[in-house]
Amino acid sequence: MRIHFKTSYEHDIRLFADWWSFFVYAALIVVAVALPWIMDEFYLGEVTNVLIWAIAGLGLMLLTGQTGQASLGHAAFLAVGCYANVIFMELGLPFLIAFPLAGIVTGIVGTIIAIPAIRMHGIYLAIATIALSILTDDLIVLLEPITNGVSGKFAPTITIFGIEIERWTTPDRFYWLVLAVTVLCTLAYRNLLRAPLGRAMAAVRDSEVSATAMGVHIARTKAASFGISCAITGLAGALMGFYAGAFNNETFSIVISITLLMMIVIGGLGSIHGAFFGAVVVAFLPQALSIAKDSIGGGSVAIPGLETGVFGLILILFIMFEPMGIYGRWMKIRIWFELFPFARKDMFKRQKSYLKTERLR
Amino acid sequence: MSALLDIRNATLKFGGVVAVNDLSFTVEEGEVYAIVGPNGAGKSTVFNLISRFYDPFSGAITFDGNNLLDRKADEVADLGIARTFQNIELFEHATVLQNLLVGRHRHRRTTLVEEMLFTPRVRREEKRHREAVEEVIDFLDLQPYRNKMIAGLPYGVRKVVEVGRALATGPRLLLLDEPASGLSVEETQDMRWWIDDIRKQMGITVLMVEHDMGLVSGVSDRVLALADGAKLAEGTPAEVQSDPAVIEAYLGAGAA
Ligand SMILES: Nc1ncnc2c1ncn2[C@@H]1O[C@H](COP(=O)(O)OP(=O)(O)O)[C@@H](O)[C@H]1O
Ligand SMILES: [Mg+2]
Repeated sequence: MRIHFKTSYEHDIRLFADWWSFFVYAALIVVAVALPWIMDEFYLGEVTNVLIWAIAGLGLMLLTGQTGQASLGHAAFLAVGCYANVIFMELGLPFLIAFPLAGIVTGIVGTIIAIPAIRMHGIYLAIATIALSILTDDLIVLLEPITNGVSGKFAPTITIFGIEIERWTTPDRFYWLVLAVTVLCTLAYRNLLRAPLGRAMAAVRDSEVSATAMGVHIARTKAASFGISCAITGLAGALMGFYAGAFNNETFSIVISITLLMMIVIGGLGSIHGAFFGAVVVAFLPQALSIAKDSIGGGSVAIPGLETGVFGLILILFIMFEPMGIYGRWMKIRIWFELFPFARKDMFKRQKSYLKTERLR
Repeated sequence: MSALLDIRNATLKFGGVVAVNDLSFTVEEGEVYAIVGPNGAGKSTVFNLISRFYDPFSGAITFDGNNLLDRKADEVADLGIARTFQNIELFEHATVLQNLLVGRHRHRRTTLVEEMLFTPRVRREEKRHREAVEEVIDFLDLQPYRNKMIAGLPYGVRKVVEVGRALATGPRLLLLDEPASGLSVEETQDMRWWIDDIRKQMGITVLMVEHDMGLVSGVSDRVLALADGAKLAEGTPAEVQSDPAVIEAYLGAGAA
């Protein structure tokens, strides 16, 4: 068991709790940077895919896990980011400007959409955001002159200071680019969590009444959450465009929205780790399924909806048995080993201490 | 000297129920003022009026000369009014420390962009908030729970954390809605010392709703007895307890 001896409040504010976790994350970064020399191109592509999903997951995690606002429409913001980025690049903007700008534009769009959405709660918000997801498809078709409608668009080649980056021809460079964006988004997220705004978001999530009584402006906090969430999602969308190479109105469908939400629930709501764990599941599930299908000899039979079905089943199992997601499970295993052999069976049982019936009275 | 809090002829109805009926009272700076009354008398509703969760049908509420009715619910904390809730409203999936730090929200000086970059200014501010919160933690002996999640804490500790969160805002007026309900005898005793110290050491005015008459007569300077949203009696704890109308209301309502 690691014991933190703290000598000042600085310790709690720091990015890493202690030298040990600093080394763990530093080692992780070193391995991540060296990955193109370790892995073959196919798996590097898969890891790139995981990272892009993780960025999108971070985006939705901020809104849903941190602020408590469920969105079933986040594919719409992937689309906005993707189209905005490519359109800016087609207009001649260099990638280093087009890409962040796409994030900002998506953030602004998200904030504007947040204005009516802020008044909605729970299931109503979820339904409204489903509508948003469906609307995006139609909007892309309607805006044909700029979006190319059903025929779609191709992602251009990225050039950063004369270095060309392309998913297929230079998968290593594309991977590093995605890795850099992942690290930056994670840092920004982490910084928010240890600052007043991140805490205000958690406050809004857990109790709007008492957040208000503490002077937290609910609407403004939700709008900020929507804005940052959508901006991060927009960046992920832009990267998805490059990863896919081509995209049209059907690329960012409602299924993607639902997958995103499932992903963060399975990974573990409210934690950064959760976004990454969930992304691993989402990215590797299709492969795992096809391997499983091959091994039982049904390799050539197409089973429609199999992926979605299995995914849904996993989600239900998690909600029933591990609502804290993979991250929650991981923490429990870690604590169990740290305390070994003193762990108690009921250690993680929640204490039911009062009923929340009459909220204000 | 004008009163710190002045409620004048406040009335609030929920459908047919008159929750607060033409109620007037004032709370002076530096005193502990208690509201007692049977369940459903409108005590919590008075708090919710002050917190601006409800708009009164008629009447006026002023705090330190400011018209409270001009303020929104999230602006009340900024004036220096903090509160607890009868049915604890903590941020369940956060630690005690984080809960108390939310109390510092009204002192936030940094912007979204600064916070995402975690600039030196944000770091400095965080330390300042932390120092203020640590004072509250020391005062309420919350050290063992600092990094514990609320969701796993016993009821009695939650009650104290809620008082701590309200204190962390640095209030001038503290509203406590049944601070001792559900507490053990020892915990109630602690709460009594704390309320005394909040007033004497910190100079914070306290307005509280409480059923425990021992606690009420122990800490309060003045007591308001409420029944059906209207004032029944007002005065020192002894005066109110011996008031015939109060005795009648309590026996009549069958509540204690
Ligand atoms: N939000 C509400 N909607 C409808 N009726 C309410 C509401 N809040 C309080 N009431 C009613 O107002 C009356 C006073 O309630 P309350 O202030 O909670 O009493 P207490 O003195 O027990 O705190 C009760 O009759 C209660 O049912
Ligand atoms: Mg009450």
